[in-house]
Amino acid sequence: MAEELTDKQKIEIAKWFLINSPPGEIQYVAKDIRSVLKDDNAYETAASESFPLYNKSHLICLQLPDRSGDVLVTSFSEIDENEYLDPRTAQVVKVDHVKQVCTEMRPANDEELPSPYIEEYRCALDAESIKYISEAYPKGFSSVYCVSGKDVEEPGSDFELVIVISAARHSPQNFCNGSWCSIWNIEFKDDLQMVEVSGRMQVGAHYFEEGNVQLDAKHECKDSTILQSPDDCAISLINIIRHHETEYLTSLQASYSNLPDTTFKDLRRKLPVTRTLFPWHNTMQFSLTRDITRELGIGK
Amino acid sequence: MEAAMGLMRRIPPKLTETALSALLSLLPDHSSDLLSQVDQPLQVLCDVDCGKEFILCEYNRDADSYRSPWSNKYHPPLEDGLHPSADLRKLEIEANDIFAIYRDQYYEGGISSVYMWEDENEGFVGCFLIKKDGSKSGHGRRGNLQEGAWDAIHVIEVGPEEEGIAHYCLTSTVMLSMTTKDESSGIFNLSGSIRRQMSMDLSVAEGHLCNMGRMIEELEGKLRNSLDQVYFGKTKEMVCTLRPPSELLQMRLPDSRDV
Repeated sequence: MAEELTDKQKIEIAKWFLINSPPGEIQYVAKDIRSVLKDDNAYETAASESFPLYNKSHLICLQLPDRSGDVLVTSFSEIDENEYLDPRTAQVVKVDHVKQVCTEMRPANDEELPSPYIEEYRCALDAESIKYISEAYPKGFSSVYCVSGKDVEEPGSDFELVIVISAARHSPQNFCNGSWCSIWNIEFKDDLQMVEVSGRMQVGAHYFEEGNVQLDAKHECKDSTILQSPDDCAISLINIIRHHETEYLTSLQASYSNLPDTTFKDLRRKLPVTRTLFPWHNTMQFSLTRDITRELGIGK
Repeated sequence: MEAAMGLMRRIPPKLTETALSALLSLLPDHSSDLLSQVDQPLQVLCDVDCGKEFILCEYNRDADSYRSPWSNKYHPPLEDGLHPSADLRKLEIEANDIFAIYRDQYYEGGISSVYMWEDENEGFVGCFLIKKDGSKSGHGRRGNLQEGAWDAIHVIEVGPEEEGIAHYCLTSTVMLSMTTKDESSGIFNLSGSIRRQMSMDLSVAEGHLCNMGRMIEELEGKLRNSLDQVYFGKTKEMVCTLRPPSELLQMRLPDSRDV
């Protein structure tokens, strides 16, 4: 390419690389793209625009400034571009996206928190989710947010909560990284006295020792249950989630077991149908081809 | 350049082509290095003379034209394009015929091409390529894959013959992508690439093709097994580390899984 790239083009390219980084690897990609770009201003603009998007789509989990616990960076909990709500502790954290750390913390004010009525449901669901996470995910973290109807004060209106589960494992020294993200939207429908559940699960893994192989899997599902008291709803909803996520894990394992004999075989067999290696021989050009085709029993 | 290769190792394999063109535009001075070191899925053209497809790569390219291994002609036509010598062309024809049978045995479909050219050391280089579309709309025999692509590139340098022995140095690269999709398990995609080398000194008593063929078969098999057992296996291990199967949880095992 003969022409120089414009600044705008350089920034777009850098952003693309950053946003498409595998789980846990954006800092490494950042270092490399900065080097390749050879333009710190362009890099810094690209970083400031792409890190927040990456962090939110990967549901990254950061430590609270006082190290008392963790908080998730998600689009559901975003108060401002750098401020995120943690409903469990009723705190709002300030985040440095590019460094991927929490810099400050303050108590949430009333307008940022849901009403006591909503909070009953949110809190019950949160408590059940903590139990579920501790059983199912060795390194997982969950959070429950109200995304619609947070000021609803009493029965009679619809509202919506979302449960976010984020588990990540970073093992760069073993050339392996991975993440599991689940987002469960829970719609409380007052007129139907039903709760509609829809879940999205996304799993990624990257192994890169002398190679580069990635898993990218996702699944969506729906379910529902009746609208009950906050505690009963919480138990029922977490049971639904546990059931679907366990089933999904089982189907992932099945997909892997199918590889050797079905899926991967569609790309390349391990051995020919003859179950022997290919008969490379030493004869003249045409008889060579004739011998091989005769031996393999194929018409030509 | 090291940073560029680092990026290629991390970017999702499905985005390789976009990543490479981005890097080429950012580092125009390194374009020949990038093109030779970064693997890209193979492109295909149809040879108008015999109606067969052939694979495009740097080794059959001259200016903007590509030479077909079937007709030995450049597409689009090129005056004074590079061609192998008459002897080497004979070997190239034979290699294409035999490799097509090999390809059929292992891949049950797909396209293959072999290109050869003389190098400066009185030896020659052969490039054996295979492209397979294993999706159910392509050549996937069992119809399991929504999307499936396998690209294999084998470049083998053959040294001059000395006392009946020749030195062979093979570099093999496999790039693949597989996607299954269904109601109960959603979308499942595994993709990636690996590259390995192998060198051997072999007697030329049985001819170069046999030697090259056996080396390619061996290394290709090793790459396939490695992908299946090691690489895919590691990603599966990661998933089970993130969310262990319930049987393990019920037994309340200590955290003895090593990652």
